[in-house]
Amino acid sequence: MAERKIEILVGVFVALGLGALFVLAMQVSNLSQLRDTGTYRVTAYFDNIGGLKVRAPVTASGVRVGRVAEIGYDSKTYRARVVLALGREYDFFPVDTSASIYTAGLLGEQYIALDPGAEEETLKDGSVIEYTQSAMILEQLIGRFLVELTSKK
Amino acid sequence: MIGWLQLLGRWSLGRVARLGRGHLFLVRTLASLPHLVLRPRLVIRELFSVGVLSLLIIVVSGGFVGFVLGLQGYVTLVRFGAEESLGVVVALSLVRELGPVVSALLFAGRAGSALTAEIGLMKSTEQLAGLEMMAVDPIERVVAPRFLAGFLAMPLLAALFSAVGVWGGYFVGSGLLGVDSGAFWSQMQSQVDFHDDVVNGIIKSVVFGFVASWIAVFEGYDAVPTSEGVGRATTRTVVNTALAVLGLDFILTALMFGNF
Repeated sequence: MAERKIEILVGVFVALGLGALFVLAMQVSNLSQLRDTGTYRVTAYFDNIGGLKVRAPVTASGVRVGRVAEIGYDSKTYRARVVLALGREYDFFPVDTSASIYTAGLLGEQYIALDPGAEEETLKDGSVIEYTQSAMILEQLIGRFLVELTSKK
Repeated sequence: MIGWLQLLGRWSLGRVARLGRGHLFLVRTLASLPHLVLRPRLVIRELFSVGVLSLLIIVVSGGFVGFVLGLQGYVTLVRFGAEESLGVVVALSLVRELGPVVSALLFAGRAGSALTAEIGLMKSTEQLAGLEMMAVDPIERVVAPRFLAGFLAMPLLAALFSAVGVWGGYFVGSGLLGVDSGAFWSQMQSQVDFHDDVVNGIIKSVVFGFVASWIAVFEGYDAVPTSEGVGRATTRTVVNTALAVLGLDFILTALMFGNF
């Protein structure tokens, strides 16, 4: 009888521990939001990506439609190459969609916003986004502002 | 002068010999783990004393650590108007660091010391020698089940600690201080990465469980078989485990999050 009680209590303990792991995986982390299987990849070239990071969100009108999968530097064009992994269910973006890098809040994380174009044809796996807008670099803005300020004198 | 040198030499040789004994002991313990497949009841009984009986201290400490993280995080974050990030702060600090480390320290105090004392007393009352007389390998019968139980229990305890701590932080942050509960959870889910944060935390707790159980059973098995020796061995278990866990934590953190 005592053996049975011990076994039941150990069973409860292991179930609790595994339950906690499950909570950490599903409730606390982003596992429930990740569906890596259903994505297609498009490439965009930027003059300057600022502080953009891999895994940063890609949004359209503020809705998260994918994330940044890869960041590299293109040796031919001397521009930053950013590969976006977009969800399969968002396969309706026209080929002339533009991508811009924005900052969430003044000092927040940087993300890519997609602005749909008007073409009939849609982006496919491996397509390149033609129209891009680089990240706004705070230092450049301040620099420009200071130059203007001093030239007026 | 020569006398001092001899003392120094004896001390270092003793240390090295102990280190060697510890590793040989580990190899023997690991080698006898497969035998436990035939006797899972031995492990279950040890899981009870190592795991189930540690539940209370782990859950209560996890809750209080979560409360404190919620309070401290809120006080700092509200200055920057970023109190919505409280969930991220609480979850990341628990999952990456506090969960594995604090539960390993509690585990050493609650379960490791008990393991050492139990095995040490078995040695000093010559029960281990008695087993050997009956041609039962004490490592296979006594040490291996305890080692395996500690190794299995530790990650589960650490996960429980983190989960309870996150709920504690949620209770304080959202329930008492008025952080929006939707923002709390959604920010946490978008910022905490399953692979980078949760899995790395689990790896840490697995490593700590291995080291803590190893130190506990070895100190017991290697104890001087007197009541004083067992007492010292128990102290050494807690001290050495704490040092090993904190040192390893630095190394693991540097490897996982240090971008080397």
